[in-house]
Amino acid sequence: MSFDKPTVDWLALSPELIMLGAGAVCLLGAVMSPGSWRRPFGATVCALGFLGAGVAAAFLFAESDEPRAIVADAARRDQLAALAKLILAGCGLLAVGTGYSRRMSDARVGEYYALIATAAAGMAFFVSANNLMTLFLGLEWFSIALYVLCAIDLDREESLEAGLKYLIVGGFGSAVLLFGSALVYGATGELGFERIAAATGEQGLTDDSLLVFGLALMLAGLGFKASAAPFHMWTPDVYQGAPTPVTAFMSAATKVAALVVTLRVLTTAFPELDELWTVAVAVIACFSLAVGNLAALVQRDVKRLLAYSSVSHAGFMLIAIAANNELGGRALLYYLIPYAAMSIGAFAVVAARERELGRPVALEDLAGFGWEQPLLGLSMFVFMIGFAGLPLTGGFFGKLYAFAAAYEAGWWWLMLAGVAATVISLYYYLGVIRAMYMRPSAELQFAAAGGSPPREWLLGATVLAAVVVTVGSFFAVEPVVDVARDAAASLPLD
Amino acid sequence: MNDWLTTILIFLPVAGALAIWLLPLAERTAGSLALLVALVEVGFWVLALQRFEFGEAGLQLGHEATWSEDLNIAYEVGFFGFSLWLVGMAVVVGAAAIAYAFWAGRDRARSYFGLTLFLTGAIVGVFTAQDLLLFYVFFEVMLIPLYVLIGVWGGPGRLGATLKFVIYTVAGSLLMLVAIIALGLQQDTFSLTEMRASDNEWIFLGFVAAFAVKAPLFPLHGWLPDAYRESPPEIAAVLSGVVSKAAGYGFLRIAIAEFPGPAKDFQVLLLALAAVGLVYGSLVAFRAPDLRGVIAYSSMAQMGLVTLGLFALNDAGFDGAVLQMVNHGLLSGALFLLAGTIERRAATGDFAALGGFARGRPALATVLMTTGIIALAVPGATTFAAEFLILLGAFDVGWGWAAVGVSAVVLAAMYTLRLISAVLHERPGRAVAEEALDLRPAELGIVVPLVACLLALSAWPAAVTEHAFAGDRPADAVESRFEAAPNAASNRLLQGSPALAAGPTPRYVVRVTGVDP
Repeated sequence: MSFDKPTVDWLALSPELIMLGAGAVCLLGAVMSPGSWRRPFGATVCALGFLGAGVAAAFLFAESDEPRAIVADAARRDQLAALAKLILAGCGLLAVGTGYSRRMSDARVGEYYALIATAAAGMAFFVSANNLMTLFLGLEWFSIALYVLCAIDLDREESLEAGLKYLIVGGFGSAVLLFGSALVYGATGELGFERIAAATGEQGLTDDSLLVFGLALMLAGLGFKASAAPFHMWTPDVYQGAPTPVTAFMSAATKVAALVVTLRVLTTAFPELDELWTVAVAVIACFSLAVGNLAALVQRDVKRLLAYSSVSHAGFMLIAIAANNELGGRALLYYLIPYAAMSIGAFAVVAARERELGRPVALEDLAGFGWEQPLLGLSMFVFMIGFAGLPLTGGFFGKLYAFAAAYEAGWWWLMLAGVAATVISLYYYLGVIRAMYMRPSAELQFAAAGGSPPREWLLGATVLAAVVVTVGSFFAVEPVVDVARDAAASLPLD
Repeated sequence: MNDWLTTILIFLPVAGALAIWLLPLAERTAGSLALLVALVEVGFWVLALQRFEFGEAGLQLGHEATWSEDLNIAYEVGFFGFSLWLVGMAVVVGAAAIAYAFWAGRDRARSYFGLTLFLTGAIVGVFTAQDLLLFYVFFEVMLIPLYVLIGVWGGPGRLGATLKFVIYTVAGSLLMLVAIIALGLQQDTFSLTEMRASDNEWIFLGFVAAFAVKAPLFPLHGWLPDAYRESPPEIAAVLSGVVSKAAGYGFLRIAIAEFPGPAKDFQVLLLALAAVGLVYGSLVAFRAPDLRGVIAYSSMAQMGLVTLGLFALNDAGFDGAVLQMVNHGLLSGALFLLAGTIERRAATGDFAALGGFARGRPALATVLMTTGIIALAVPGATTFAAEFLILLGAFDVGWGWAAVGVSAVVLAAMYTLRLISAVLHERPGRAVAEEALDLRPAELGIVVPLVACLLALSAWPAAVTEHAFAGDRPADAVESRFEAAPNAASNRLLQGSPALAAGPTPRYVVRVTGVDP
């Protein structure tokens, strides 16, 4: 028996490889350089890695008009994966900028950057998964990196708790996904997404209980990662406890990866079952909208509030997936771009305030923040109206496209659910603005000790970049939507 | 230049706002720059007035650029006769508001004046946008500066007031967004000029919901008293004078012109809501304990009157409604600014603590009296002309509507006279100090131009009524759209008013939207 070595499309894997390489160099550098050099060295290498991965992903996007399977059909080279990799690289770059001035022991800083690069590489691999094996491999790859990242503040109990909680719940989610994959494999005898679809059609398995159950479990497993309700229980605790830059990265990048893969799996592997999963996704979307928005109303801690907001945004984006049409694909991929920027930006602002005060930021702690720090305050303002979907931010077109997709699919009630959720969400998004601008800082319990807070140029630049993406995707909606449309065209959507 | 005039009118204030925010200006300089920009804006409007051909039908001074081809979204702006007058009113009131703020002094001046200019730009955008999504964008963007202006510089109850205001408004406008999406996807375009008339009632109601909250019409006015009471006076002037007119404009330009069939079907409902709002607003205004309360509720009543005119769906009603929108914008602006000057002197707007302002303060007494007399629609005043037309239009639909309208005119006299006597006459109130000054020259310079505009319109109301729809008689326009509607099965429209029953005239090419049939 001979073994054929599959040809490897190195270009298609280059973003992952560059990020992995950057991670490895970070680790080696941390071992070989003196303590005080580790932070700048790690950050620079990591940032360069993300930059390189972004360039590679952009090149890959331009060179992948024809979607095709690579590496013995294990992965897929198409514009959808390339765009997702580009967004992920951007998230990584912003996360490095967010975390740079964080107080962290020099002993661990090398690992910190290495893990971020590794997690992003795992996500980049995950989004191009083309069969159940690579799907699970990618999921575990980035999840394990994230478990460690959440717990990287060894001296903070909340961080450890967040890491442990994420490990247990995330592990459960992975297990559910794996079990679902096994059932699907058992029902169809196939691993590749397209072959599963073909087998379902050929063997008439649309009513097969094994397959349906497997699909449901896979959906639940992906729902855990996308923090869609009712699989979101870990989200607020982990987002609150994890170091804020890690939360920023996680909230944006994990959601990008999980939702892109959800769209890919559902449309390529289960087109025969679409009557089933569109309803399921729509119900999950409504759940997420309800839980996320209602729970966010009563939060005092800003990170928890943003965590619930991210649950509700999972709902908005699932609306686009539930639509199961070309417009929906476009909507999701467009939405992810401003969403990722807003999410990282908002957590970066929280990180800045946290460093200034030296404790977790509650809404009351934002009093007067907008006037003290005009750039950060105004940016937070932009992110909040963006989350709320008001115009002048990409959040507006994101919601517009998601609603339009739902309307085109005939889900008018889903559209109305989205509208109701948006109205409710205004209360807490405006609550943040109110806390920043409309209360005098005299209400702040204690002022930051010793003069003005340290200037953090890198953090300011990161936040500014996030604002540019948020607002830019509104005014330059056409080029962004063009890219999203090309990416969505890689999938068999009509 | 003609191409760009509309765009300049929208983006000049926005550019001014950006300049004020970004340049490290001193507070005085920021205020002067804002005032300068606002005055130049008025100048550009005069230029637009001069370039506008009133005899010609259709969209003028139009400017078009592609925004996104994906969903066929375009940047498309331009003027019709009536939008030109509304924009004129908006820029004049906006300039007066900025002048007042400059004179009164506001802390954090750069943020403040930037926001007011930004608001002006958004309002002009609402009145000129010819693409539904662009309209929606401007409509929502108005909200952002208003929210901050009231929330930061407002009175003690500002937090609750802004929250209520924003949630009410956004709830309405999101229903409009749903309607826009449905309409746009059905017709494959968002352009108002390319759109075919629709007879979908749900979509119509989505639009009506947004405008009914913004106006506000009767059951949706919960945000109104708080927002008007807690705002700084010049913002209340813009809010009640100008922003509420976005609702009237939307009713006319979108709800009626694009949905002639449903507009006719729901005519009675909307007339009823308008009439209830009119009477209710007037009654509450009569019982309101303070200056702002009277103006706020009278504002609601006046928007009810405007809606009554619009949904009479005939020429007289449309003409009267447009004139009344312009009138009320100027009037409400002047009244809120006057309320501001009075509150500065007495530190309260409570009637119980006011009174006797006329003695020794002739300028204040004269200006307030003149404004009040115009507000109560004394014959000869421009408001009288407008109300007469509206009532004429309403009478065409049914005498009952006109009767309700007339009773409201009587109520208007009651609450206005009560306001005048409570402030100017009676015994000097405990909050009115002997040494409280008369209106200063600067204050006169701000308020008198508004009153002068009103007097000029009183002398020649036809300036607006005969130049609002140019060649296009509005009812014809609605009629012609109905004829062009895909589903022209229901001829109910023809059984309505005489004006409509007359059928399309030979020159009915003219239409509000200016598209060849």
